[in-house]
Amino acid sequence: MSLVHEIDYGTPVAKSAEQVTLTIDGQKVTVAAGTSIMRAAMDTGIQVPKLCATDSVDAFGSCRLCLVEVQGRAGTPASCTTPVAPGMVVSTQTERLKQIRKGVMELYISDHPLDCLTCAANGDCELQDMAGAVGLRDVRYGYEGENHTKQEKDESNPYFTFDPGKCIVCSRCVRACEEVQGTFALTIQGRGFESKVSAGALNDDFLSSECVSCGACVQACPTATLSEKSLIEIGQPEHSVVTTCAYCGVGCNFKAEMRGEELVRMVPYKDGKANRGHSCVKGRFAWGYANHRERILKPMMRERIDQPWREVSWDEAIGRVASEFKRIQKKHGRLAIGGITSSRCTNEETYLVQKLVRGGFGNNNVDTCARVCHSPTGFGLSSAFGTSAGTQDFDSVEHSDVIIVIGANPTDAHPVFASRMKKRLRAGARLIVIDPRRTDLVKSAHIEADYHLPLRPGTNAAMLNALAHVIVTEGLVNEAFVREFCDRDAFEDWAEFIVQPQNSPENVGLITGVSAEAIRGAARLYATGGNGAIYYGLGVTEHSQGTTAVMGLANLAMVTGNIGRQGVGVNPMRGQNNVQGSCDMGSFPHELTGYRHISDDVMRGTFEAVWGRKLDNEPGLRISNMFDEAIEDRFKGLYVQGEDILQSDPNTAHVVRALASMECVVVQDLFLNETANYAHVFLPGSTFLEKDGTFINAERRINMVRKVMTPKNGKADWEITLDIAHAMGFDMRYEHPSQIMDEIAALTPTFKGVSYALLEREGSVQWPCNEKAPLGTPIMHVGGFVRGKGNFLITEYIATDEKTGPRFPLLLTTGRILSQYNVGAQTRRTENVVWHDQDVLEIHPHDAENRGVRDGDWVRLQSRAGETSLRARITDRVAPGVVYTTFHHPDTQANVITTDYSDWATNCPEYKVTAVQVSPSNGPSDWQREYKDQADRSRRIVKVAAE
Amino acid sequence: MSSYDGKLVMMANQIARFYLPQKQVEPVAAIATHIRKFWDPRMRAAIIAHVDQGGAGLDEPARQAVERLKQGARPA
Repeated sequence: MSLVHEIDYGTPVAKSAEQVTLTIDGQKVTVAAGTSIMRAAMDTGIQVPKLCATDSVDAFGSCRLCLVEVQGRAGTPASCTTPVAPGMVVSTQTERLKQIRKGVMELYISDHPLDCLTCAANGDCELQDMAGAVGLRDVRYGYEGENHTKQEKDESNPYFTFDPGKCIVCSRCVRACEEVQGTFALTIQGRGFESKVSAGALNDDFLSSECVSCGACVQACPTATLSEKSLIEIGQPEHSVVTTCAYCGVGCNFKAEMRGEELVRMVPYKDGKANRGHSCVKGRFAWGYANHRERILKPMMRERIDQPWREVSWDEAIGRVASEFKRIQKKHGRLAIGGITSSRCTNEETYLVQKLVRGGFGNNNVDTCARVCHSPTGFGLSSAFGTSAGTQDFDSVEHSDVIIVIGANPTDAHPVFASRMKKRLRAGARLIVIDPRRTDLVKSAHIEADYHLPLRPGTNAAMLNALAHVIVTEGLVNEAFVREFCDRDAFEDWAEFIVQPQNSPENVGLITGVSAEAIRGAARLYATGGNGAIYYGLGVTEHSQGTTAVMGLANLAMVTGNIGRQGVGVNPMRGQNNVQGSCDMGSFPHELTGYRHISDDVMRGTFEAVWGRKLDNEPGLRISNMFDEAIEDRFKGLYVQGEDILQSDPNTAHVVRALASMECVVVQDLFLNETANYAHVFLPGSTFLEKDGTFINAERRINMVRKVMTPKNGKADWEITLDIAHAMGFDMRYEHPSQIMDEIAALTPTFKGVSYALLEREGSVQWPCNEKAPLGTPIMHVGGFVRGKGNFLITEYIATDEKTGPRFPLLLTTGRILSQYNVGAQTRRTENVVWHDQDVLEIHPHDAENRGVRDGDWVRLQSRAGETSLRARITDRVAPGVVYTTFHHPDTQANVITTDYSDWATNCPEYKVTAVQVSPSNGPSDWQREYKDQADRSRRIVKVAAE
Repeated sequence: MSSYDGKLVMMANQIARFYLPQKQVEPVAAIATHIRKFWDPRMRAAIIAHVDQGGAGLDEPARQAVERLKQGARPA
């Protein structure tokens, strides 16, 4: 094993189709027009010395080290800022250049601490490398003059150190913050000798600044000025493995840089097709949970949930799971148990859990956490287009002219993709944000939405109908597209519906609270502004009309012809890393892999033949149905892999009642999560660093997850599921996850061409990947829809049954924050708590004033379902009448408040609309205190003596 | 009506309200198909039993769809 070294070409790739041939150091080279001399030289293997250039940011030309001589031209131009020209003859190494470079390096080194042996970057320092490259042997100026080497370090960021004493003021960090991340937090303060990198205002440090800790500056730094604290502590890595982040649905590739089995740092992989070398604070830095002291590494059991846990052997734990599940089925019937797969686990693990349930339990009571986030996407897009997935790859955004972001907050929830989107916006694309909150995208550095439509929560379907109404009534329909690619009858029926007065912006304005003028303007911009792309999130799906709204988005894309090419499309932003994959893998109770209904006898027969089991042809229970059946005493056993349903599902009191009524709850996880408080068997899980497998991101990209260390719990999660299957008498045999993928490919037409060998060769592929598309499908529905003709569906707006009134006059909507992930089980166990250590309630100043609430006060948040207390943050990000919180902390339990209302088609909960009241409080509620007591009691562990 | 039955009634009515304005399908058949394809047999049995006891709370198209379920409609 060795380090994965990626070539730094010095400047970004030029995208011109025109080719230019020149000569560099006697070698002919042909490159795209616009390529820098530096990059052209690197293409031939000639490394021009450089310090301020790196290929993730535009050339800057400040360090004067990369100078070259060009025949027929005066002077010594910088090779990074000088583009190639036909017939150009370039020399990169001459006596003159050597003298200049040595002189430049002397100046740099005269103001640099000569502590290489004890420096964290020793062995990985570009300044050190360049001193060697230019043959520096002496510094004529000495080291005694005025310098910057004794400046104070900024250690405020929990993950990296800023040591200005080592800074060469190359501006790579500043440019990375601007060009790659798009935050503009850093600047060069002062002039001349006083120039220094600054994180904002004079009194700011990195932590108090606008820095979002994405790590782009650290990655760009050519010296040890910006270094990971883990690198400083451990030392330089000796090998690296490319893997995939286990946080959000962007699916970034990282190099896990290791010393032995110790992870030194995660560095974003430049060849990663989802992230293109960028990262966010979670994937880059928040992996410390893998070694957290609260991680459970031994199986545990207890007879009753009021008892302490008892550590047991794997055999004993697995034996208990099997015997209890068999006992329950004997007593309560075959349908009395089920399982929940995880969007945080690999495809192979998810596939095995649903296989265990269908083949081993003998029923279809399997569901996945996608139920509570993007299940309406599957139903909605499948009904309209024929495929339960987004239409584009992430690269597509570079070709968009108008971008609609609805019900999504990508700068917090999908930050790496948001950076790419912001780059395109800074280059001139127009932006429409439809969201009750004023998210960062609405207005941030060099970004301003043309339209922000701050609609009332629960009115998405009405808003989308109004946008379509404008397009149809103002003659903006793409008639040619509709005629060629869409079902004509369906279109005409829909058009007749959409032009009705109830869908007019004037009427919908009364429903949504948004002016008709803004709605009309946004509709015209989307329909006429060029390539129109829609990106949406859980603010669309988590509603009683979630599926209807997804269909509304599909209607908008079809009626404007914004489908089937680069720069357009309908793109769900998936919350967790493998939401797409868990759905693809047959986790829903009514369908097998590839979204095929369980009642299809022929298709089901192919699974029966391979699995050697007869399968039930009836749909099973969804998660919420499992809870209802449990309360009715008909569902008594549950296997939950990698999910915390107690914290993440709505109406916590209802979930508690359901879990408490079961006879055997089995939780497989890294930590004793909230669900485990009601579990009887705990099976310790493995992290993404400890196993092989694949994740599928929001663009249908199948990415490799590679094991970099031995599982601390002794088993990868897929092996645990195999053990349960064997104990239940269901023979599943695999030696490696690649064999599981081979089975998935054999049984699933859209995955037919997928194999680990292909993924190793290509890095990643996007499904469908089969004989028609051997290297995958970046963009769907090119030249026609998967279902045949695009299907316009009538999307009548129906107000939610969750109503405000005198008792509950405000609407609560929930969401995420950048530093935390989902229920926080991982990120709460990292230094990310520095940025967010508790959930807070955002409330508009008017609503706060009416209630006598001051910023930072404890407030009681009460709904028809329950109540909790948390601190208030007064902000006009939310409109009057709307309050907002996150659900990352179990101490708050935001889902105590949310209700049982759900999407009509999929039962996806209506997290985004809850009628609430807010009132002053003096601290946590009785419920919170009781919950904490119960959780503390439940987490007691009786340790066994070491064997 | 039990809370369990009440939830099923609400779900059936929600489904009905989506399909009722659709013109490319026969709404009652589409409602029945949706329930048949996505509801566990116990839930279907419960909503059928609820209709047998009068079907309180069910909108008319939803009630008709459940009647059709009872007659053994299969997914499309």
